[in-house]
Amino acid sequence: MQEYFQLAIKNLRERGLRSWLTMLGIFISVATIFMLISLSLGLQGAVEEQFETLGTDKFFVQAATGFLGPPGSVGGVILTEEDVEVISKVHGVKDYSFFTAGNARVEFGGDTRHLIVWGVPPEHMDVYNEVGSFEIAEGRNLEKGYKNSVILGNLHKTGNVLGKPVSAGNKITINSEDFKVRGIMELIGNPDDDRAIIMDMESFRELFEIPERVDFIMVQTNEGGDINEVAERVEKKLRKTRGVTEKNQDFGILTPEELLESFGNILNIITSFLAGVAAISLLVGAIGIANTMYTSVLERTREIGVMKAVGARNSDVAWIFLIESGLLGLVGATIGVLLGYGIGKTIEYIAIHQLNTTLLQIATPVWLIAGCLGFGFLIGAVSGTLPAIQASKTNVVDALRYE
Amino acid sequence: MENDKIIRLRQVAKHYEMGDTVVKALDCVDIDIEKGDFVAIMGPSGSGKSTSMNLTGSLDYSTEGDILLDGENIQDLEESELAQVRGKKIGFIFQQFNLISNLTAKENVMLPMIFQKTNIEEREEKAEELLKIVDLGDRMNFYINQLSGGQQQRVAIARAMANDPQVILADEPTGNLDTKTGNKIMDFLKKLNDKGRTIILVTHDPDLARQYARTIYSVRDGKVEYIEKKIGDGWKRIFNEE
Repeated sequence: MQEYFQLAIKNLRERGLRSWLTMLGIFISVATIFMLISLSLGLQGAVEEQFETLGTDKFFVQAATGFLGPPGSVGGVILTEEDVEVISKVHGVKDYSFFTAGNARVEFGGDTRHLIVWGVPPEHMDVYNEVGSFEIAEGRNLEKGYKNSVILGNLHKTGNVLGKPVSAGNKITINSEDFKVRGIMELIGNPDDDRAIIMDMESFRELFEIPERVDFIMVQTNEGGDINEVAERVEKKLRKTRGVTEKNQDFGILTPEELLESFGNILNIITSFLAGVAAISLLVGAIGIANTMYTSVLERTREIGVMKAVGARNSDVAWIFLIESGLLGLVGATIGVLLGYGIGKTIEYIAIHQLNTTLLQIATPVWLIAGCLGFGFLIGAVSGTLPAIQASKTNVVDALRYE
Repeated sequence: MENDKIIRLRQVAKHYEMGDTVVKALDCVDIDIEKGDFVAIMGPSGSGKSTSMNLTGSLDYSTEGDILLDGENIQDLEESELAQVRGKKIGFIFQQFNLISNLTAKENVMLPMIFQKTNIEEREEKAEELLKIVDLGDRMNFYINQLSGGQQQRVAIARAMANDPQVILADEPTGNLDTKTGNKIMDFLKKLNDKGRTIILVTHDPDLARQYARTIYSVRDGKVEYIEKKIGDGWKRIFNEE
């Protein structure tokens, strides 16, 4: 078998450029597949990591706008501080926080920007910070009793969100009211969070004239308690106080588990779509290999005749061609993996340095690399099967006379 | 003596279908190749000479009649089994040399041994030994296109010897070579014959046949026209009796 590999390699070398062109189709598609899977694995890893820092003791309550919908956009259905009050009294709930969001006109140093402002109750900053893994880098956090002050995401200082860098102690104007910047947060890695403007709930309600609406409630459960049980109790209690049943429930509860799951689902849909596109290009590549192998069988008819004359069985001839096409696939896939790795790394670099996010990073587990290579070999071998069978069935006498 | 015959064609016919008509390339042919003999199969093109060669060399099956190779009826063998037996018992030399161009001389000689599953050390040793015999000891790692026609045909001789076959079948081995080079090739074949190997020479050239062979089968119109045997310095012609 080893000598068949040597023969195959010699044959591929002989055809030089044609071999490379044939492999082009394979390595483009393998590169795409490798990059997609490694990026989506990396993304999954990054997200899971974020969920880990968020902790497994918290769940979320939101009006039924659907997960990922813009806060407060639901027609008529809102959660209020009354609901928060109800939740806080459910058995097993340790602490909670919530926020409401509003669009504001923000002015600083002569520049005006339209940004989202978040209102958070200062006495519940701990849970809020834990959920977002926020930390103060400069200045101080929001505190009860200090009205008309805000804390800002890190990009306000480092990324010129408001036209020029803002520091703790500066004043910014929001909807024509002056606010003092109490603190700047550490860089999170998520552009939305890093552009955040957060103020105390009391000032927020006065400024935006939103008296009671709550967009998002974060609930922390007691240590050692079962988060799903507590979430269930909260759900039942809220149904009762809001006068709804399971069927027309107008709010949703999300546990980290569910969040991760729904995120994973979205990711899977995107990945499988792109993988489908890559699969089509792989098919084209496979046809390319088959075509090259058919041509090669014809060109080498005489050679096949010679091999058979000197004792090659049909299976020997088939193996030589099969290994050759398998190698085309394997080498194509190897280049594809290297290419995919390179592109993935570039995307990762751009994501970190240009988009300030650590979500887009590649993961390259051994099984993925081995899988891509094995897959390439398989595709090559499968595409070469029919040409190899044709070669093996070549008639010796005719082949020896073939010009 | 049956045992003296390495190859026997008994009442062999070969028909080809060409469209609607059947071409009878060979009809009721008997050929006996004795061990150690130097046999020429002679005839002009279109005589059935090539077909006789294919059948004598176990490259093809007959339409009718039996072909015995070393006592074994090849008609009973499957294509791949036949290839194995052929690879072991018959070495081929072709007019077009038929070497594999992207392999070196040595690799070409090793090829028949690969199909007999000979191990690598033995293959290399044997190939080097054979190439030295045909005076190509200094060109073992040359690629085929770096060799002259005569050298290529000598590589082919070495390849034909690779599996120590009892029979060497040479199809117009000098056809693509000048006279001097051709003579050298024929001398190699004669040497092999002197050492006891059976040689079958397929040629259109009566002079070449008479110069080297001891038995001549003259083929014409799909039949053996006559057989000539060398006795002393003379030839005895035996006509085919029907």
